[in-house]
Amino acid sequence: MEPLMAITIGILFAAAIYMMLRRSIVKLVIGLILLSNAANLLIFATAGMVRGAPPLVPKGMTAPETAVADPLPQALVLTAIVIAFGVLSFAVVLVRRAWEIVGADDLDQMKDTDT
Amino acid sequence: MGRSGTLILNAAARLLLPLQLLFSVFLLLRGHDEPGGGFIAGLVASGAFALYLFSQGRHALGEMLKVSPRDLIGMGLLLGVISTLPGWWAGEPFFTAQWWTIPVIDFKASTPLIFDIGVYLVVVGSVLTAITALVDTDQAEHDPTDHDQTH
Amino acid sequence: MQTAVLGGFVAAAMVPLLHRWFGSRTPLVMALLPASLAVWLISQWPVIASGDVLLLEQAWVPGLDITLTFMIDGLAWLFAMLITVIGALVLVYSREYLHGHRDLPRFLVVITAFMMSMLGLVLADNLVTLFVFWELTSITSYLLIGFNHTDSAARKAALQGLLVTVGGGLALLAGFVLLALAGDSWSLHELVQRGDVLRGHDLYTPLLICVLLGAFTKSAQFPFHFWLPNAMAAPTPVSAYLHSATMVKAGVYLLARLHPALGGTDGWVITLSLVGAVTMVTGAFLAMQHTNVKKLLAYSTVMGLGTLTMLLGIGTEKALVAFAVFLLAHSLYKGALFMVAGILDHETGTKDVTAMGGLRHLMPATAIVAGVAGLSLAGLPPLLGFVGKELMLTSVLEAPFWRLLILLLAFTAAFLTLAVAAIIVLRPFFGQRQDTPQPPHDPSRVMLAGPGLLAALSLLFGLVPGLLDPVVGAVVTGMGAPEAKVHLALWHGFNLPLALSFASLVLGLTIYRLWDRLRAGLTRLAPLIRCGPEAGYDALMAGLVILADGQTRFLQNGYIRNYLVMTLLVLVGLVGHALFFRHGLAPDVTLSVYFHEAVTAGLMIAGAVAACVMRSRLAAVAALGVMGFSIALTFVLFSAPDLAITQLLVETLTVILLVLVLFRLPRFATLSTPTERLRDLVVASLTGGLITLLMLAVLSGERLPRISDYMVANSQPLGHGHNIVNVILVDFRALDTLGEMFVLALAAIGVFAMLRFHAALGEGVDRDGRRNLAPTEDDHG
Repeated sequence: MEPLMAITIGILFAAAIYMMLRRSIVKLVIGLILLSNAANLLIFATAGMVRGAPPLVPKGMTAPETAVADPLPQALVLTAIVIAFGVLSFAVVLVRRAWEIVGADDLDQMKDTDT
Repeated sequence: MGRSGTLILNAAARLLLPLQLLFSVFLLLRGHDEPGGGFIAGLVASGAFALYLFSQGRHALGEMLKVSPRDLIGMGLLLGVISTLPGWWAGEPFFTAQWWTIPVIDFKASTPLIFDIGVYLVVVGSVLTAITALVDTDQAEHDPTDHDQTH
Repeated sequence: MQTAVLGGFVAAAMVPLLHRWFGSRTPLVMALLPASLAVWLISQWPVIASGDVLLLEQAWVPGLDITLTFMIDGLAWLFAMLITVIGALVLVYSREYLHGHRDLPRFLVVITAFMMSMLGLVLADNLVTLFVFWELTSITSYLLIGFNHTDSAARKAALQGLLVTVGGGLALLAGFVLLALAGDSWSLHELVQRGDVLRGHDLYTPLLICVLLGAFTKSAQFPFHFWLPNAMAAPTPVSAYLHSATMVKAGVYLLARLHPALGGTDGWVITLSLVGAVTMVTGAFLAMQHTNVKKLLAYSTVMGLGTLTMLLGIGTEKALVAFAVFLLAHSLYKGALFMVAGILDHETGTKDVTAMGGLRHLMPATAIVAGVAGLSLAGLPPLLGFVGKELMLTSVLEAPFWRLLILLLAFTAAFLTLAVAAIIVLRPFFGQRQDTPQPPHDPSRVMLAGPGLLAALSLLFGLVPGLLDPVVGAVVTGMGAPEAKVHLALWHGFNLPLALSFASLVLGLTIYRLWDRLRAGLTRLAPLIRCGPEAGYDALMAGLVILADGQTRFLQNGYIRNYLVMTLLVLVGLVGHALFFRHGLAPDVTLSVYFHEAVTAGLMIAGAVAACVMRSRLAAVAALGVMGFSIALTFVLFSAPDLAITQLLVETLTVILLVLVLFRLPRFATLSTPTERLRDLVVASLTGGLITLLMLAVLSGERLPRISDYMVANSQPLGHGHNIVNVILVDFRALDTLGEMFVLALAAIGVFAMLRFHAALGEGVDRDGRRNLAPTEDDHG
């Protein structure tokens, strides 16, 4: 599965970057969403993808009997998903404020610090 | 944004909210042993409150919550920091987990649990702070008198 | 002692509170701190005198070999005594000098913090700790030079001092790292015992250059001397303390401290003795063109620091003895003279010596103090300055390199210094009485106490230099010459140094007589003098501004996509290069995939691509949803139940967020031309391709052992939890999670602040709008 994921993640990154290079601020937001999802998947998939072995210790045991999926990237990605949401909400509100104040949705018209 | 929901959504939200909150607490408490935990439980609770907000209106949510969502963030962070201290007092490095068993109900209390509750509160507080701030701004800008009509 | 120094910082922080209680007497209260430290140091004298080293061990960051251990030997003891005693006197003096000054508490805060930093610097045994205190003195010095922050000259001087000393500090840090590598220790008392290893080490030359850069900038050695006279923009107590008695000697202290470890090589001897000698002459010569009493003193300080460096360069036992005596003599008379200069300024309202005259009748006590300290500066008997100068000349006569040149430079500096001393003392106090902006009179005893005591000590040690034998002996022991015979005397008989002293007296007085004419000549030379190192500094600063301006115009032009394209192309270029040449592009992976998994991946791709090409916002959001749920499905399929749940919940909340915000934004617009889109597509594809190749390279490489094996094995036994992911989040890596909680909280508060405060201030919202924001205030129900 990993090689297929490598290609998928590459396409996700490309899509994210393409959207972030657009001049419309709304498209920038969509690019951000794509980027955070792509980054999360990258961390998750690079650690190796294991089928049907969640990192849980069975009841009454002290350690899993068989090899389980790597829990550390999962923990990292779990917080990353929530934080990406927090950052996304910050970004969209920023974009919205910028639009309300500058009155333009073209990033090229927002390049001066004093507008 | 006042009551925007239909009658069914309205009733459903009222009924669902306690169930959803109960479920979120369940997820929070079992999180140490099965899928769940502070982040997930916090997101479930945020979803529940958001649903309530859209069906019952901003004012109703404020009345029901009693506290400002920002205070939830503060409480959560405080719990997170406080949970680091018992280990220190016990003479171990800062943040070392401490476990106590409450005798009668055989419940395992621990600093990780306190910490997880902190995570829960921060997640709920943060999501609600953002959403309520957005709803308030919309009310102010697009429908200046709307909030007076909510109960 | 560590507690005392760290407590001193706390005391500094408490000054505003003390000021509320003690008002204008606060300086006296603060003076108790250095005074008690001085008493403690004196009580430790028997240990030091016996030649022992007092090691006060204290751990700080044991994992990195950083300790807060203090080492007190003779050298450190003398410096610590100077810092505490002169510190206490300066604080007492400042009570009067800054009486009623609005910013008195700020002054006391910074100067106390400086005092403790300086003390830490000379006592620290660990290189890292020493460096931390070293930088602290630079920063506090910056704040003190710029104390009159409304004066642009003071701000400029403060910045100049900071940039020069901190720039040297950077070199010093590199030097310390090299020193620790070469000597295999971060501890000074171990390093000084490994001198032979260090001197023979391959890193010796680079580390010497770095350490010397640090020391020379701090101690205002040529060509970095220019910042010190400019630093006279500081209030006079600061000049007296930092820029004559203590901070500028930090560089000299470091050289003295490292003398046993690094000294004695040709590089050391030639560099130090030449730089020192040139600094001496530069300082003494440049002093001639000034009439401002503080500038005169500052240049003579440059001269004094040059002397100390030169003596360390010569490095014979006699030179080290001369170093110790000259150090003490210089601190005593220079501290006294600066405080006298402050009194003159305070009482007459001018700093220009040519505007003063005949003050001895009006300020007799001040005149006596100035006369005694001035004689010591001039190097005349029976003062300590004379003893120091004789020893200095004797050492120069045995300099191992270029003896005649150095002797010539030292002699020139000696008679020019004598002229400076005459200008400072004779000009204001003797001759024709001149009217000054304020009618002068002797200051109060509080103000005279400091300079008076320092001048009296100059006289006492000059008359009975034998008193200093044990102290100088201990200092020289600390500098690695324990067997040196120390017997100080005022009178050494008729010899060459005495003859040189006499010649310098004659020449110096002649120059004093001709000073006014000489100055006129120097004024004509001024353009030439201005071409000195300071012009280099100014050019550097101007160049920096031009560079910053140019790169801002070119790189930071405000187009976000240019930043992105540039960053991404650099990333693709560098990483791609490394990947291609180090690793090759032949991934060695096997593909095992089920149909439903391939479908999930296909849905992800379809969602992402659709989100890019959709013309309506709703469709784009829906496409993003398809992608998000496919990702959640992937998490389910590949053993990550927690992630799957989180992803699903966040997807839901994201939709709510986008509904609230995105649809208040304008519709998608097509703004760029097809060419631009093609260019962006190329950049995006390159980056995406790089990510794919990188990931394939990682997958085909050898797997290192997972760090999470420990967590898997110990989740239940240590963490009492069966869900390993959760145990990692709330136990094993809880500190990370705590940090992430703060990030989340900050993002939410940021959203709140942006919406609330902008809504209150923005143009689109009128008063009603503000009133209508009220409900959030009533969140409490």
